[in-house]
Amino acid sequence: MTTYQEFIQQNEDRDGVRFSWNLWPSSRLEATRLVVPVSCLFTPLKERPNLPPVQYEPVLCSRANCKAVLNPLCQVDFRAKIWACNFCFQRNPFPPSYAGISDMNQPAELMPQFSTIEYIVQRGPAAPLIFLYVVDTCLEEEDLQALKESLQMSLSLLPPNALVGLITFGRMVQVHELSCEGIAKSYVFRGTKDLTAKQIQEMLGLTKPAVAGQQGRPLAPQDAAATCKFLQPVHRVDMNLTDLLGELQRDPWPVPQGKRPLRSTGVALSVAVGLLEGTFPNTGARVMLFIGGPPTQGPGMVVGDELKTPIRSWHDIQKDNARHLKKATKYYEALANRSATNGHSIDIYACALDQTGLLEMKCLSNLTGGHIVMGDSFNTSLFKQTFQRVFSKDYNGDFRMAFGGVLEVKTSRELKVCGAIGPCVSLNSKSPCVSENDLGIGGTSQWKVCGLNPSTTLGIYFEVVNQHNAPVPQGGRGAVQFVTQYQHSNTQRRIRVTTIARNWADAQSQIQHIESSFDQEAAAVLMARLGVFRAESEEGPDVLRWLDRQLIRLCQKFGQFNKDDPTSFRLSESLSLYPQFMFHLRRSPFLQVFNNSPDESSYYRHHFVRQDLTQSLIMIQPILYSYSFHGPPEPVLLDSSSILPDRILLMDTFFQLVIYHGETIAQWRKAGYQEMAEYENFKQLLQAPLDDAQEILQTRFPMPRYIDTEHGGSQARFLLSKVNPSQTHNNLYAWGQETGAPILTDDVSLQVFMDHLKKLAVSSSA
Amino acid sequence: MSQQGYVAAPPYSQAQPGMGAYQGGFGSGPTQPLYGHYGGPPQALSAPSAGMMKSSVSPAASVPLPPGPSQYNPNVQQNGSHPQSYPAPPAVSAPYGQPPHSLYNSMASPGPPPTQQLTNQMSSMNLGSHAQGLQSPPPPASSVVQQPFQTPPPSTMAPPQMPPGLQSPHMSPLMSPPQSPPASTAMASQSMAGTSMASMGRPFPGPPPPGLGGFQQPGLGSAGQPGYPPQAGQFGGYMAGAHQNMPGPFTGPPQKKLDPDSIPSITQVIEDDQVKQGGQVFTTNIRGQVPPLVTTDFTVTDQGNASPRFIRCTTYSLPCTADLAKQCQVPLAAIIKPFASLPKNETPLYVVNHGDTGPVRCNRCKAYMCPYMQFIDGGRRYQCGFCNCVNEVPVFYFQHLDHMGRRVDFYERPELSLGSYEFVATLDYCKNNRPPNPPAYIFMIDVSYNNIKSGLVKLICDELKTLLEKLPREEGMETSAIKVGFVTYNKVLHFYNVKSALAQPQMMVVSDTAEMFVPLLDGFLVNYQDSRAVIYNLLDQIPDMFADTAESETVFAPVIQAGVEAFKAAECSGKLFIFHSSMPTAEAPGKLKNRDDKKLVNTDKEKTLFQPQKGVYEQLSKDCVASGCCVDLFLFPSQYTDIATMADVPSHTGGSVYKYSNFQVETDGEHFLRDLRKDVQKSIGFDAIMRVRTSTGFRATDFFGGIYMNNTTDVEMAAVDCDKGMTVEFKHDDTLSEETGALMQCALLYTTISGQRRLRIHNLSLNCSSQLSELYKSCETDSLINFFAKSAYRAILNQPLKNVREILVNQTAHMLACYRKNCASPSAASQLILPDAMKVFPVYMNSLMKTAPLVGSTELSTDDRAHQRLSVMAMGVEDTQLLLYPRLIPLHNIDVNSEKPATPVRCSEERLTDSGIFLLENGQSMFLWLGQASSPDLIQSLFNLPSLAHLQGHMCALPELDNPLSTKIRSIISGLLEKRSNSMKLQIVRQKDKPEMLFRQFLVEDKGLHGGASYMDFLCYVHREIRQLLT
Repeated sequence: MTTYQEFIQQNEDRDGVRFSWNLWPSSRLEATRLVVPVSCLFTPLKERPNLPPVQYEPVLCSRANCKAVLNPLCQVDFRAKIWACNFCFQRNPFPPSYAGISDMNQPAELMPQFSTIEYIVQRGPAAPLIFLYVVDTCLEEEDLQALKESLQMSLSLLPPNALVGLITFGRMVQVHELSCEGIAKSYVFRGTKDLTAKQIQEMLGLTKPAVAGQQGRPLAPQDAAATCKFLQPVHRVDMNLTDLLGELQRDPWPVPQGKRPLRSTGVALSVAVGLLEGTFPNTGARVMLFIGGPPTQGPGMVVGDELKTPIRSWHDIQKDNARHLKKATKYYEALANRSATNGHSIDIYACALDQTGLLEMKCLSNLTGGHIVMGDSFNTSLFKQTFQRVFSKDYNGDFRMAFGGVLEVKTSRELKVCGAIGPCVSLNSKSPCVSENDLGIGGTSQWKVCGLNPSTTLGIYFEVVNQHNAPVPQGGRGAVQFVTQYQHSNTQRRIRVTTIARNWADAQSQIQHIESSFDQEAAAVLMARLGVFRAESEEGPDVLRWLDRQLIRLCQKFGQFNKDDPTSFRLSESLSLYPQFMFHLRRSPFLQVFNNSPDESSYYRHHFVRQDLTQSLIMIQPILYSYSFHGPPEPVLLDSSSILPDRILLMDTFFQLVIYHGETIAQWRKAGYQEMAEYENFKQLLQAPLDDAQEILQTRFPMPRYIDTEHGGSQARFLLSKVNPSQTHNNLYAWGQETGAPILTDDVSLQVFMDHLKKLAVSSSA
Repeated sequence: MSQQGYVAAPPYSQAQPGMGAYQGGFGSGPTQPLYGHYGGPPQALSAPSAGMMKSSVSPAASVPLPPGPSQYNPNVQQNGSHPQSYPAPPAVSAPYGQPPHSLYNSMASPGPPPTQQLTNQMSSMNLGSHAQGLQSPPPPASSVVQQPFQTPPPSTMAPPQMPPGLQSPHMSPLMSPPQSPPASTAMASQSMAGTSMASMGRPFPGPPPPGLGGFQQPGLGSAGQPGYPPQAGQFGGYMAGAHQNMPGPFTGPPQKKLDPDSIPSITQVIEDDQVKQGGQVFTTNIRGQVPPLVTTDFTVTDQGNASPRFIRCTTYSLPCTADLAKQCQVPLAAIIKPFASLPKNETPLYVVNHGDTGPVRCNRCKAYMCPYMQFIDGGRRYQCGFCNCVNEVPVFYFQHLDHMGRRVDFYERPELSLGSYEFVATLDYCKNNRPPNPPAYIFMIDVSYNNIKSGLVKLICDELKTLLEKLPREEGMETSAIKVGFVTYNKVLHFYNVKSALAQPQMMVVSDTAEMFVPLLDGFLVNYQDSRAVIYNLLDQIPDMFADTAESETVFAPVIQAGVEAFKAAECSGKLFIFHSSMPTAEAPGKLKNRDDKKLVNTDKEKTLFQPQKGVYEQLSKDCVASGCCVDLFLFPSQYTDIATMADVPSHTGGSVYKYSNFQVETDGEHFLRDLRKDVQKSIGFDAIMRVRTSTGFRATDFFGGIYMNNTTDVEMAAVDCDKGMTVEFKHDDTLSEETGALMQCALLYTTISGQRRLRIHNLSLNCSSQLSELYKSCETDSLINFFAKSAYRAILNQPLKNVREILVNQTAHMLACYRKNCASPSAASQLILPDAMKVFPVYMNSLMKTAPLVGSTELSTDDRAHQRLSVMAMGVEDTQLLLYPRLIPLHNIDVNSEKPATPVRCSEERLTDSGIFLLENGQSMFLWLGQASSPDLIQSLFNLPSLAHLQGHMCALPELDNPLSTKIRSIISGLLEKRSNSMKLQIVRQKDKPEMLFRQFLVEDKGLHGGASYMDFLCYVHREIRQLLT
């Protein structure tokens, strides 16, 4: 057998699944002793260029509360044309269309390489995609101009048959009618009044008298499309809409000195959600909210319009001094839940120098699978390119976005699902495989993920429920099936089924095997997600303490040491990196709010709980590359000792790309050596990190903030705040002057952290 | 019976029995001792228990039958005796008097010439018929009623006739003497009367008799009276007069005996005044000077008192004490029309600027500097004429006094020498101490199905394009400063952004009618000149945009609310022009439901039909006034729309309500457009607040008009235009001095059409007298009736109609009785004596009681009644005068070459002739009446049709034909349309055609179509009441 490393890699490539443990302890008791729960990171729509979807319906287990999909792990009796469900052991006959199967003639879903398979199913009429722009007009002139251009550009990126709508808001909320000729029409709502969906639909004239839906026949989406003048096919209205966007003016209401503009974000969203709810429920739709400041009036208000009252900070929140926080959060959560129920996702594009209320609004995106993009201005390439990337296409020319996903998890008997952490909401589907213990969003075996893209990754947590005294038969395997139904961006309905199995192991006799099956990267991310999830509701220090305790317990469990002798402490290879991840995680903005605004924290956490493993790891522990004349670029330790005068450093934190020129390099550059023909190699050296950065910039969503700085530059702080402060002003002389740069911080360094960890791990009292 | 009615005068007890009889009609007979004579009435009473008209008819019919001879005898005697005192000159009567003569003679068999006196019997009978007339709507019934009256006694009507007012002494208890028997002697006046009466169509051409002086000479009066005393109730049969307009089978020819010319005639009074004062200059330099009639064409020179165009009073000589006022019951009131338009030849108001400190005002009472301030102490101080406080003259205002004690700059300062002028208001007088913005006009068009279908929306949009060029502008300014905005609506509101920078207008729909707001600021209210292209584009598109609408529900209150919000947002005042079609039934604030209930008519709950529904609209009026939002409502209903409620806001904000029932573009379009043009262009002030200050001893206590009052003194109006009049009632606080007289100052703070804040001041000084005769002498009937109309129309909100009518009659009788008692020379009780200045007052009063709001008839539309009630509330004296006594102009014998306007004739069917063509107008409606025998030549030249039979219905204008008659008549019509504040729809009716009924209701001297007595009957009734008061 190959190494676990390869096994893990293979599994990830094929199924988009990474488990924390790849051998499962066979009893509940043993499982809890492992500290890190049996859990996985699952990327439902992982790009699989080599996986052509099949054009038929999946075969389901006939047991009412099982309904698992036929998969390679099922036992099949080809003669009797019967298959046994590997989850509930129900024996099911094949449907008539499978009459011809035999040992030699197996359908794809029975072949082992198709542990992940995608079905295209015909369910009702194909609904067009819907893009509803919700645009803040309380912007500076240049910002608005830039935004208008971006929006106009985006029209050309939309599929021609997609429906598009426009809502603008400032002091009032305007819903623009797009089908009209001659005169630009819009429906206006007061920005201060909370309206029910029904009221909104009535006011927009969307409710037809009862006679319209005769004999109880519900209105088909086509009818709705014909009647809804606010959502029109792009190809029909793009000229109109381009003009309309071109004529958009800044909110005309005067803003007195010392006031913020009145921004009715809450009502605008409510109208958007209500509009879609009334016209296209359960259809793929994106509400794209563009804001240039915090909501300042009406429901969902985050801060008053008095400039002298600053927007809430972490300090205010801790002091319980954020007046609008609870109310606004509640309001947006209600909206998000409604939107999620209808399968519509909400994106937030917030561009402002100050906070815009993402803390309160984050749930809109988090619960509906929408994006959050944060920038300083709409007039930056960061926003422009990120926005453009929303509409990027895959190798088939389809948008990398899917809608209305429903993820269902089925487990074999020994296993139950505790919950999921990711951009999803619970569907409250109680099935036998639901655990009583929640981890993340629990109590259900189905989650709705309204917006999905190929990198959307959920953390899913399981619980082994097998009792200690009823051991699993040797060689038994536990199985998990992920069934993801979604609307593809080409409007097809699809179902992707991933079925995986892992061996059971007796933790007492096979602890080394289990230890070596540990996926420390996945585990770090999964634990981090749990930590972040807790941080949303708990005090920061509590979360850190929890994380520390888990780490210590893990080290106690798997470390090799002599009692009370820290120096004797050793960790096996499969766990060796784990403490370091935890060290960086503790310092990361996901758990540390110091130096971050509440909005920034929300933004970082938003991305952290949805990215795949690689990106998540970068977020936890940024990557540092070093460029020098001494050799090819090399990854170096994320440590202050890596900061050397004759190096160029490229740091990727996922959110930022920092190119840092060491002191000497910076001086050379200032002197202009790169312009001189004889220093061509210096020019190349300067260019190399730029090219690498470019590559990352090209692919990442959202586009990272690109920072080009040098020794002593103010923006060097981005680098300095991330590296391990192995050299600080405190211990500078102890470490010698020549290596690295000292960091002015009181944070503990990795070395100190590890020392403490060892001490605690080996302590007999702990 | 609530005697302490709405009227200023305290209830008086004597009146009660009379009133009881009056209201109760036959039912209350017992109070009338007189019935006993006839024996009939009592029977009648028992029969018609319910008091319904119809049942009462028959008993009524029986009334006259039983009269005992005893009653008639005296009459006969009287009549017989009469000729001696009032002989008509035979020479005169012979040539002129044929028609009346013969009639009269035949009727007059019992007694030769009629006398002026009204007898007991007569009045009692009158009472019967009158009461019935008031209460019984169906004309046929009344004709039946009258029949009995006529038949038994061949009666001549001897109504108290008024010979030319000038001649007749104060009172007009004159006989109609044109009858044949040449009586012995005749006083000059008498003969005059005779002649004039005889000359039927040409009333009173005679020159004023000597020694007239405008007021009666006691001598004459007394001279006339001696002849009468012995006469008692000679007019048993006079009732016949009432039936005149009901030529039915029952009315035999003999009834047509009375000479209607013999009772005071408004047309005559008007003409006389025109002759006397027409074309002259009325100089306002004398205190308590009675101005010419409103109908008279005169010029005013302001010399220290406001022109009567601005202020008119019910009397120009106030009684000195409250007791006197109470005794005479003459209401003391002024009708103020602060923005009255002045003819070209009168000087517009001067604008005075007192600089940064604002106008100089009395420190105590805050009266503004005016001619009544007395400068003393060498000009260093002045004494306020109103409160007598002595104030320092501000340094900048100091001026030396001349030897007369007048300031040297007297003639240079309008505020010292004129009755009316304006001050520039400083920031202290502005809202929030900020100068106001120019006002705005918002056009709000109902685009629901009805209005689209009728073509109205297109009509409005087309018209606005040209009309907006003519927005009112400040003297000397190139363009109007007024901003315009546009809203269309049905169940939701559509606002339009018409910013000049836009290529095309933008529409913003607001569906949140529960909490209305204005969706845009910039671009909603624009300067028309700047945004013309966009507005054109918009007006072109509106009719098309809604062309296929199926929405028939509308909202209303939110529409007004939107206007208010718009003005608030733009920080300006202005006016809403709302073009609305139907009752607002859509789910929104101010939703109305049909509450029209004809069953309520003539019950105590009838008042609810006039009361607006409470709640939303009340608050809305308040908001409107607070933000200076005037509402003009153009209604195009096809059924009941609850005008009482819908017009509530307009009627509190100085707005107008125009109503076009069953609107059709072809027939009503031009009429509506004329109204709209007038309305948009008329001069107007916004966000106004008015205060009437008076000198010590009396004060303004009550205000009537299109106003809103937050407290008891400040009259608030969102806007006030040139046609709106406020009626202010005064009461005594204390004794007034004859010497100093009574002063009043009306100060109106407002915003001009260009957005300047101004104070318009009108000052008026009145006389005071402890002699009631002075008061009666200085009365002004037109103003009086304005006051009565408004107070009665307000009273019907709170009291049953019959109480209100009762109180009106009562007070009329009381005023006249008081005169009789205190001012007239002693005379026989049977004689009806009217003060000269009030001699036509009964006609107006009778007409008032026959107006739609006051006459309880189920045939009248509730909306029409409510509409008229509200429009009268804001009327000035001219309008009420015209409304209550329409002009009836004969056109068939018009002199096409004469410059002189045609002379109107009295509003009675008698004056119509089968071969005649008449034009009738009352400021609200206009009719062209074509007699069935009118000459084909006339028809040809007017209509280009061979005969009357070819005339198609629904014609609303005369064809433009090039012949002198057509030109002349069309110019008369257009002249009238021009002159009146409302445009009128010309309705052409042929005699005996069905629509003639509409026309007939305006013949106010006749018996009302929907109930109400004829003039003659009413006069008799009043007389009886007076007599009762006097005994």
